[in-house]
Amino acid sequence: MITVKFFASLKAIAEKEEEQIEVQSSISMDQLSDIISKTSPKMGDIIRDNKIMISVNQEMADADTVIHDGDEVAFLPPFSGGS
Amino acid sequence: MSTTTDSKIRIQLENFSVTDEIEAMKKVSRNIGGITTFLGTGRELSKGQNIAQLNFEHYPKMAEKKLEEIRQQAIKDHSIIDMSIIHRIGPIEIGENIVLIVAVGEHRKETFTACEWAIAELKRVTPIWKRETTTHGEVWVQDTP
Repeated sequence: MITVKFFASLKAIAEKEEEQIEVQSSISMDQLSDIISKTSPKMGDIIRDNKIMISVNQEMADADTVIHDGDEVAFLPPFSGGS
Repeated sequence: MSTTTDSKIRIQLENFSVTDEIEAMKKVSRNIGGITTFLGTGRELSKGQNIAQLNFEHYPKMAEKKLEEIRQQAIKDHSIIDMSIIHRIGPIEIGENIVLIVAVGEHRKETFTACEWAIAELKRVTPIWKRETTTHGEVWVQDTP
């Protein structure tokens, strides 16, 4: 099971904050974006276009990062903390 | 989310006292000769729009982890004695405190540079997001001013 989290503006696009995805083995970021596209095509496009940052288990990741069963993947729009 | 001044990295809903935070950092060492603070507050005007309210969201655990990394790197690279970073989340009214960075060192120079570096780094790497409520609705801010 992979936990996928959406933050800030991406919650409205994905129409959810979090989802659990069942996987049989490790998957690529492309495969994950394909799975997400099935329920949210726009979110899938955003991931494929590299318009956002991605973290896996709270560490920054990239398109080549392999996702394993039990991982927590988060999709992060540009940050705007501070003031 | 802790609200005591014991922890040097905090993300919290509640407001904080700048004086209490500075006093807490002064207790870190008797060798402190300079303290620089950065206080970020909610401003009313943003890109020509009047802001009614701000709202901050964070990625729990990852945001705290990034702030701790910033603190550790500031101590190491800028030769300061210590640093605290406090960021509020949730609704923030205009004029309220948002973020406080306190850098303490033996001399003023390193605390100035450490504080300036830390706020820039916070905005660059910390998963915290700001939503502005204007007369035209709500918008997530996607670029750092």
